[in-house]
Amino acid sequence: MIGTLATLVATSPGLLARVGASALQVVAVCVGGPLLLGLMGKIRSRAEGRVGPPITQGLLDLRKLVRKEAIRAEHTSAVAALAPLVLVSSAALCAAITPLVTARPVIAGGADVFAVVYLLLMGSVALALGGLDAGTAFGGMGSSRAMTVGAISEPALLVAVLALAIQAHTSNLPGIVNASLSHPEWLASPQRLLALAALVVVVIAETGRIPVDNPSTHLELTMIHEAMILEYAGPDLALVTVGEAMRLGLLLGLVANLFFPWGIDASGGGLAMLVGLVALGAKTAAIAASVALVEVSTAKLRLFRVPELLAGGFVLAAVAVTTGLVAR
Amino acid sequence: MTLRERAVPLPVRTCELVTASELEARARALLDAGFRLAMVAGHDDGHGDGLRAVYVFCAGPPDRRVELQIRLDPNRPAVPSLAAWSFPASRFERELADLFGIEPLGHPFPRPLVRHQHWPRDWFPMRRDAGASPPLRVGAEPFPFVAVEGPGVYEIPVGPVHAGLIEPGHFRFFVVGETILKMKARLWFVHRGVEKLFEGRPVSDGVVLAERISGDTAAAHALAYCLAVEDALKIEVPRDVQLLRAVVVELERVTNHVADLGALCNDVGFGVAQAYALTLRETLLRLAGEVTGHRLLRGAIRPGAATLRRVPTGAELADVAARVERLVDLATSNAVVMDRFKGTAVLPRPDAEAIGVLGVVARASGVAVDARIAHPFCDFGADLVPVVEASGDVLARFSVRAREAAASLRLVEALAGRARSLEASVGGLPQRGGSGLGMVEGWRGTIVHRVEVDADGHLTRAKVVDPSFLTWPALSVALGDTIVPDFPLANKSFNLSYAGNDL
Repeated sequence: MIGTLATLVATSPGLLARVGASALQVVAVCVGGPLLLGLMGKIRSRAEGRVGPPITQGLLDLRKLVRKEAIRAEHTSAVAALAPLVLVSSAALCAAITPLVTARPVIAGGADVFAVVYLLLMGSVALALGGLDAGTAFGGMGSSRAMTVGAISEPALLVAVLALAIQAHTSNLPGIVNASLSHPEWLASPQRLLALAALVVVVIAETGRIPVDNPSTHLELTMIHEAMILEYAGPDLALVTVGEAMRLGLLLGLVANLFFPWGIDASGGGLAMLVGLVALGAKTAAIAASVALVEVSTAKLRLFRVPELLAGGFVLAAVAVTTGLVAR
Repeated sequence: MTLRERAVPLPVRTCELVTASELEARARALLDAGFRLAMVAGHDDGHGDGLRAVYVFCAGPPDRRVELQIRLDPNRPAVPSLAAWSFPASRFERELADLFGIEPLGHPFPRPLVRHQHWPRDWFPMRRDAGASPPLRVGAEPFPFVAVEGPGVYEIPVGPVHAGLIEPGHFRFFVVGETILKMKARLWFVHRGVEKLFEGRPVSDGVVLAERISGDTAAAHALAYCLAVEDALKIEVPRDVQLLRAVVVELERVTNHVADLGALCNDVGFGVAQAYALTLRETLLRLAGEVTGHRLLRGAIRPGAATLRRVPTGAELADVAARVERLVDLATSNAVVMDRFKGTAVLPRPDAEAIGVLGVVARASGVAVDARIAHPFCDFGADLVPVVEASGDVLARFSVRAREAAASLRLVEALAGRARSLEASVGGLPQRGGSGLGMVEGWRGTIVHRVEVDADGHLTRAKVVDPSFLTWPALSVALGDTIVPDFPLANKSFNLSYAGNDL
């Protein structure tokens, strides 16, 4: 076993570095996700003339939750216990194989558009099942709403990335990023711009931001995501929270690198990895900041209008694909 | 300084003693003549005198107040139900049954209203011989909700403890998908026995209690109490007293309307407007602190007297008015906010009239009720007209608040300009018995207090009607065809008091 590993490392000298880079990506998404949420909260607060909590509040909350007693709602089954684990592990796997810090992550061949989108979907479905498990009205309501939103946003996500895949002639995410690196002119192509617009809509929906959901609300009846996770507490809630933050980091990182790949570690090596990390942080922070600024100036849509917004996103993505096919 | 000129004539209140058989005909005649039933108060006169019920009808302008009193059989206290003619009557009668054990004969829906199932069935807290409150019953019978059945119908129970800092209330939604089929509110979790606490207090002490009936309506409740006491003691207060009181009540209206405008924006996730409203509210609270010495306007209004530290300056009021305008602009210029407000939770005018709603909610549904015009306690000037909107939706209630806040700021300036001193009073209160009625347009709507005072100047009974008591049932009606996620917005647009409702 050790021998095989040693041979593997010896025959592919970059492997160790790639494993390291992937591990770094997972850590970056784990820590960066909550920080991005904190940054968005801070920008919103400042724009509203408030001081707001520190950017690290998300991490502090996680520390608090982890220290709390593990407690589960009565009558819950293994589903409620497993859902946070599935959410976090699917997000972590996505973080390991998608091009975030490096364009050459481990098992890059598996980082297919479809694989990544469905891994993310697996996390959403697990959480929705977890919301249903306790059998309370709120969990069911939240899961139902989350699935309604997800049913329209996930295909839009898939189709939007597909537009890029058509351009790059590969559905492999690192492949798309590498191709984009050598074709900077693609950024200004119509299908890219349309896909970017679609992806922004999808990211807002998937991460539960205004105008789709209000992450700061305490009004039980309007919540989508918060209603679904209402029965979670303590370490379970910490997992759910970190899982959701990771998804945000992951989606923002994907948007950043698919459309603005510059700075990503394409060659391997410590310095390039560091540059890749800083670039990832800067790019995602910039996107998060613009999302937060847009949030400040708008209100939450009526629930029944959300599908209209998402359908708009889907149409943009579909047009992006068509444009890509015509342009070929 | 005592000034003896009057701006408005003292309200005339006629009291009639009727028998149970005459009550119905007399009440119907009054209702047909445009009177509304403002209050039904139970009385336990003790010493074998038995129970008495007082029905207060009012109409205006011109200000008219009629009281019908009936004495009840001590052995089997009962009143003929007026529920068939007046929806408010049906609510008052259920309250009478719960608190006094007076049976409403022929009531179509004689379920408990105030009384939770944990109260002993045959214990009536407002009776003289009620004594200390008995221990609550553990494992009492459940409170059944009318079940709605059908494919896909499910229930969402919310509360009484909520996620935000709001008062306790239980709401039971019956929904299909996201559409509300029916909503039942179970309130009455904050019964403190306020009316009982009034009993036995000297009239001058009651005002402190009145200020605490509903914390956000300290001034208007204090004023309604004072007007009732002054009516009972048959004293005329100087014009300046009334002007200063009106300034305080209008300030309370502006502060609460501003807070509501912000909260409505917050409920649609428009945080900027809420943040802006909160800073404006803080400005108003500080102004209140400087004007009366208390941020919630307590202590300025006393029986026979009013005391201010200073009046708001024209510059302060202009600044607030400009900021109110900016706040409203912020909300109305946002397409998403307007989309959320428009057409949400419509209370149609016929329903508003049938239920007998008051205040902002009534005016937003096109019903021009305003006690400042119907039952003025001072001269508010000719340009005060009820702010009315026709559409009855959340936007209408938002607009009514916005326009009223602006109007009240102008009113404060005019009233303050007419007051010639910052302190005015009648001097000492006379030692005299009697009964009196006070009506004030608080920021939620018309508040009615009725007191009875014995010859020593102690309260024997105080009955309070907060507009919330009459307006709560309308919320369920407005929710027809509304979707569940819009409920918090609808509820906020009503913003009724739980504490004022459940005394």
